[in-house]
Amino acid sequence: MTKWLRWIGVAALALAPLTGMGEYPLHLLVLCLLWGFVYTSWAIMGRLGMVSLGHGGFFGIGAYGVVMGWNHFGLSPWLGLPIVLVSTAIVAFLIGYPCFRLKIVGHYFALVTLALSEIVRMIIVALRDQTGGSLGATPTTALADTSWSIVALQFSSKLVWFYIVLGVWLIGLWVWTRVDRSMARLALEAISQEEDAAASIGVNVTKVKLAVTMISALLTCIGGVLYAQYQLYINPETVSGIGISLQMVFGAIAGGLYVRLGPTVGAVFTLLLAEGLRLALGHQIHGLDTTIYGLLLVLFIIFMPKGILGAATQLWDRRRGAKALATAT
Amino acid sequence: MQIFDIFLLEAIVNGILLGGMLALLALGLNLIFGVIDVVWICYAELIMIGMYAIYYLHVTYAWPLWLALGCAILLVSFLGVLLHQFVIRPVLAAEPINQLLVTGGVLFLLQGVATLAFGVDFKNLGVNLPPLSLGDMQLSSARLVAFLVALACMIGMYLFLTRTYLGTAIRAISQDRAIMPLMGVNPSRIFLITSALGGALAGLAACVLVLQYDIHPAIGLSFGPITFLVCVLGGLGNMIGGFIAAFIFAQFISVGGFFLHLEWGYVIAFLFFIAVMFWRPQGLFGARS
Repeated sequence: MTKWLRWIGVAALALAPLTGMGEYPLHLLVLCLLWGFVYTSWAIMGRLGMVSLGHGGFFGIGAYGVVMGWNHFGLSPWLGLPIVLVSTAIVAFLIGYPCFRLKIVGHYFALVTLALSEIVRMIIVALRDQTGGSLGATPTTALADTSWSIVALQFSSKLVWFYIVLGVWLIGLWVWTRVDRSMARLALEAISQEEDAAASIGVNVTKVKLAVTMISALLTCIGGVLYAQYQLYINPETVSGIGISLQMVFGAIAGGLYVRLGPTVGAVFTLLLAEGLRLALGHQIHGLDTTIYGLLLVLFIIFMPKGILGAATQLWDRRRGAKALATAT
Repeated sequence: MQIFDIFLLEAIVNGILLGGMLALLALGLNLIFGVIDVVWICYAELIMIGMYAIYYLHVTYAWPLWLALGCAILLVSFLGVLLHQFVIRPVLAAEPINQLLVTGGVLFLLQGVATLAFGVDFKNLGVNLPPLSLGDMQLSSARLVAFLVALACMIGMYLFLTRTYLGTAIRAISQDRAIMPLMGVNPSRIFLITSALGGALAGLAACVLVLQYDIHPAIGLSFGPITFLVCVLGGLGNMIGGFIAAFIFAQFISVGGFFLHLEWGYVIAFLFFIAVMFWRPQGLFGARS
């Protein structure tokens, strides 16, 4: 029953753009799915107690990697993609393996990974002759006399991007489910509760954590590639560093870390909040969206640590439970 | 070769002065962490608010500089108390990582409020201390002031923690949070005093920074991350460790920046940080728990 509902939901989403919605709603939809995918990728490891602030680094490697390959070596993003994925895997391993071996957790893990995303940002800025530094970079356009180019992974149609991002988002959810149903998830939940106890009953803590970190980092890197190719403009401040890392963490937390659609709900919520305030107030009032965003985050973490969707499903379950109890007695 | 040496020496001396500034930044954060066991991710944003306070009091309302500086310290100290009372206290019993993230929310909040209230353009206090020349070297006297203030704060903090009743109570709380209420120390009062002190140190850092840098709402992001890394490098909560780590970090930035480029100095310093984390996860001077 719920399975059918799910497929109907996906079908409705896939058909939605064909109803002839404008360019702007379609753009929002693409961004919701794209950020939903990235937040989901972060939450795959975040919900198991590994709060990484280093995902801005993986995102930045993906975004800058393909754009620099295309601009300087004429390397198609399709060839750039495996290169940035391998680089991300190496970086994730280099940072993850010692962290997990030495049981760097909690605050320390968050701050060590924060150093990683700052390193990536600094390197991008330092290589300003190649990357354009803080001014950002634009992939050389392949759309001069055509509306799409598969080799350059550039499409002027938002509809094409919608289906690409929808597909990637579904893959992200699928990976989430696979991780959720694996033995590793049980092991990881045990680890996030009590690491030493989990190790004592034979869980290979380092290996399991590393596997989940790799998956999460690689998906985030793909998110970075898609972001760069869709927006056709990247900037070290927006694709790497502490800002975007916190954005991922908060998006996932606002929606709900422990439910599959939670991070996506978080992405929809934060995006609609920012766009809604911008439309309501215009461009004149700077900073109001950040103010409200920050205030809501503080309130969320204090009063609703399970996030919007998490709290909603909890309420729903409780109500259903009460009803079942009432009919039983 | 002669010129080269002078420049290198200048980089080293500038590094030492930069170290003083980083040490001052790290001091308050370390105090908070050591006693309350919470990382204020928004620490640099508190400093930013302090810098704006000084700017408006001194430039717009034409208060004398010393009065503006003093008021900014009091204001940020009060902000620290508010932060503890309304944001940290409700999550004291929650997961440690939630405590870190909730102050991350405050980071965005303060940035947004500053953008809203003060706009995005750069503001400059307009107080320029003349550069010092020492032989052939050019040194920033604002940094020298920062260095001396950091040194004085460190000594003052040491005397306060070891020679007064309150300081002893704070040290005791930081060693064992559970047992101290039994000894007649009221932890929530100590937490509030510590937050006020941490805030005051942030205000002091604002006084020093405002002499050197232009103020804008995102300025916290430029020295916030490095402050956390200095604290972690020295062992979170270890004030003397943080003090020494600040100087090590600053040397990497200054000398690395001298040989390559300023950003590469930062990259090298951060890589050094990660390498140290893998060698001594508890920080250079932290005790392994």
